[in-house]
Amino acid sequence: MSVATNELDARARQSRELLDAQVREVVEWHFNAETGCPFWLEFASKLGWNPRSEIKSFDDLKRFPPFEDEWLRGGPVRRWLPKGLEGKPIFTFETGGTTGVPKSRLQIEDFRIDYEMFSDTLPEGYFPRGANWLMLGPSGPRRLRLAVEHLCQYRGGICFCVDLDPRWVIKLIKWGESEALDQYKAHVVEQAITILGAGHNIKCLFTTPKLLEALAEELENRGTSIKACDITGIFAGGTEFTPQYTRFAMEELLGSGVYLTPTYGNTLMGLACSKPVTPDDGYKISYFAPEPRAVIEVVSFDDSNRIVGYGETGRVKLTTLTRETFIPGFLERDEGEREHPCEKYPWDGVSGVRPFRKIAGQTTVGVY
Amino acid sequence: MAVLNIPILRWGQPYTSLDKEAVVHFVTGETLARVSQANTGLLGRDMRFAQRARQVLADIPVSDLIAMMKKAADLYLNGTLPIGDGAQTPDDFARQQSASTGLPEHMCKANMAKNNFVLTNMGQILDSLTRGLDLNILTRGYGVESRGVTVSYQAQAPVLGLVLPSNSPGVHTLWLPVIPMQIGLVLKPGPQEPWTPYRMTAAFTEAGAPKEAISIYPGYGEMGAEVVRRSNRTMIFGGLPTVERYRGDVRVQVHGPGFSKILLGDDVVDDWEKYIDVMVDSVFLNSGRGCINCSGIWASRHTREIAEALAERMGSVEPKPPEDPQATLAAFTVPGAARAIWNSIETGLSDGSSEHTTARFGARLVERERCGYLRPVVIHCNSTEAALSNTEFMFPFVSVVKCPQEEMLRRIGSTLVCSVITYDEMFQQELIGATHIDRLNLGPVPTIQLDWLQPHEGNIVEFLFRPRAFQSRLEKAAV
Repeated sequence: MSVATNELDARARQSRELLDAQVREVVEWHFNAETGCPFWLEFASKLGWNPRSEIKSFDDLKRFPPFEDEWLRGGPVRRWLPKGLEGKPIFTFETGGTTGVPKSRLQIEDFRIDYEMFSDTLPEGYFPRGANWLMLGPSGPRRLRLAVEHLCQYRGGICFCVDLDPRWVIKLIKWGESEALDQYKAHVVEQAITILGAGHNIKCLFTTPKLLEALAEELENRGTSIKACDITGIFAGGTEFTPQYTRFAMEELLGSGVYLTPTYGNTLMGLACSKPVTPDDGYKISYFAPEPRAVIEVVSFDDSNRIVGYGETGRVKLTTLTRETFIPGFLERDEGEREHPCEKYPWDGVSGVRPFRKIAGQTTVGVY
Repeated sequence: MAVLNIPILRWGQPYTSLDKEAVVHFVTGETLARVSQANTGLLGRDMRFAQRARQVLADIPVSDLIAMMKKAADLYLNGTLPIGDGAQTPDDFARQQSASTGLPEHMCKANMAKNNFVLTNMGQILDSLTRGLDLNILTRGYGVESRGVTVSYQAQAPVLGLVLPSNSPGVHTLWLPVIPMQIGLVLKPGPQEPWTPYRMTAAFTEAGAPKEAISIYPGYGEMGAEVVRRSNRTMIFGGLPTVERYRGDVRVQVHGPGFSKILLGDDVVDDWEKYIDVMVDSVFLNSGRGCINCSGIWASRHTREIAEALAERMGSVEPKPPEDPQATLAAFTVPGAARAIWNSIETGLSDGSSEHTTARFGARLVERERCGYLRPVVIHCNSTEAALSNTEFMFPFVSVVKCPQEEMLRRIGSTLVCSVITYDEMFQQELIGATHIDRLNLGPVPTIQLDWLQPHEGNIVEFLFRPRAFQSRLEKAAV
């Protein structure tokens, strides 16, 4: 075993100890009548065992039954508010909701903390401090807009925003209204181009894969490009990212001098960062959760408590461990391959993330 | 055989994607090819050069392109042609196409012969489809017909988009006239049938057609939608939902289920036995896979006897290996497809208004490790209200429906090919005027019988070119 491997192993063990400590702290917080939220306190009362005394490590979280996303739908949303955080200004962010009641997550500071941690992973050369940003994507009830705006402010810039309503987009797709869809996309892109051309010194962009493509195409129709607009850094996410798309974007939409970083995340988990994506690595995209605040596991399709081997395919399972939110073992609507820890992120990651095969046909994905 | 790596073709330039899908032999599970899958953005980028595709073709006289088609016909049928990182003989092609589509090899070869025929006779076919137009008028956009009238035809798109099916190699004849009409091609092959688009493109290129005129984008479902979105003219193949989705869109020519039928007039129905061969051929040939295969036989009486006779002729047919020259049934190579179809038939039968007359010949659903077969099914429907009275499946399936002659036209619904056996002139006139019948055969003509000089489900020339008013007083403009 090489020195580097030994060192990585040691760091992985250290990360695990930090994670176990985080688990103990968060469980103590959420299941303590003085600090916990009504939902988990009531839940614990029916468990027949005491999480505060019996959960000592991350592995012990398997004792909880699978987290059901239905629990997050509907009110009163304050059942998720830990008593220890009462009195602070609260945000509620939603996910889903094209039809029916969306899932909600209360947040106070988490989105800021998540994006500040993400900020530390951005290469300064492409995401210069003080640069202004354009947030081109879903806002409304989603946390993305506020989160990106905070990221920009945290880095000393001002964020310009153009909204896209993904719930409307999904409806247009379901109705087969492709012309209306194109018009809506053009409407969104038009606003973005207006802002980019208005002398705001915008150098960084958040957008989704589809909008990035549409923006690049329209700029080219007008005889210019993303690079010519002085954009140097793009943080993209919101929908599925494939290596082929990333390669296509880097080679044909952006060119050299523009940095693209894919991300994976949602309102429940936060934001998983990608290792730098390079041609040498076949544009492979490996995501790592912001441990110890959130954990990604790749688990067997048949047994959600069994982690698959490295390189093997499984379903993505998320665990959120903050004082604001405790979500143990949430089975995502995605699958992927389990990745080894790396130097930058000495814990497991996931690559090849794509819609979970059993529900892929029922879900409209990659729409905006 | 080595696994082929088949790239995307971007106006002739190969592009290997990071996304690849394996094409697998439905019997052995052997990987035949890894086909690069295109992301939709590639098409968006490439469509910037669509006009060039038309231009490079317009630079070549139509007569030369027709000659190239003739040469391509021979190369396609007999040549060893490049495909991806390998080469392909005609036998390889038939074996590969059979292995992924489930069609028996001899049927694949028969389809090759059809494609060869169309390419070889392109001049006559275009002459027929354009009703004798001087084809140079398509190049120039205007000209004077032999009767001395100025006419103008305007291309409606520089390229034709095609969203092709996986299961019916016979449909490729429909797009073969496009290149000699100096319109480029954007092809999205069916996932199980990449073979024909690539082989045809190789044959065209070897015969001298400019490679910049053709692009091929294998891809997932959204790629098909993107081809439609990006092309001003698209031909798409699909099921009823696809037909519904694009109904009324002038940019799109949809080819869906045909619901092709044979109607027996009251004046001939007592002699139904004379026509049983026509009925069997219409239902059974080419494994019943085409939209021109008959799925309904309608008559006012003797329907039970007709159904029994058809069951007697087809009921005992069994699946055979794809390389067997006697094989008559195609396999369903998409997992679960055969069972899903059979379940749908069983559901239809449960309403009690239909009888399954092939039941006595044993189980219809035959499931194998990687595929399924459906043996021929004949249903007798006592009325047009039966759930299975107007259905179509992609195997030899036919409903024999009892219906008074005077109600037939009102009840048959949209029908791609209608063969009507009657000498009743009034009924014939009603049939000629029926707008829900696309191709009409009067007399005992099998529904699957094609006349290459007749258009199929919409004339490709009229789809691609718009006749318009045109006047010129420029001295040099007159021809």
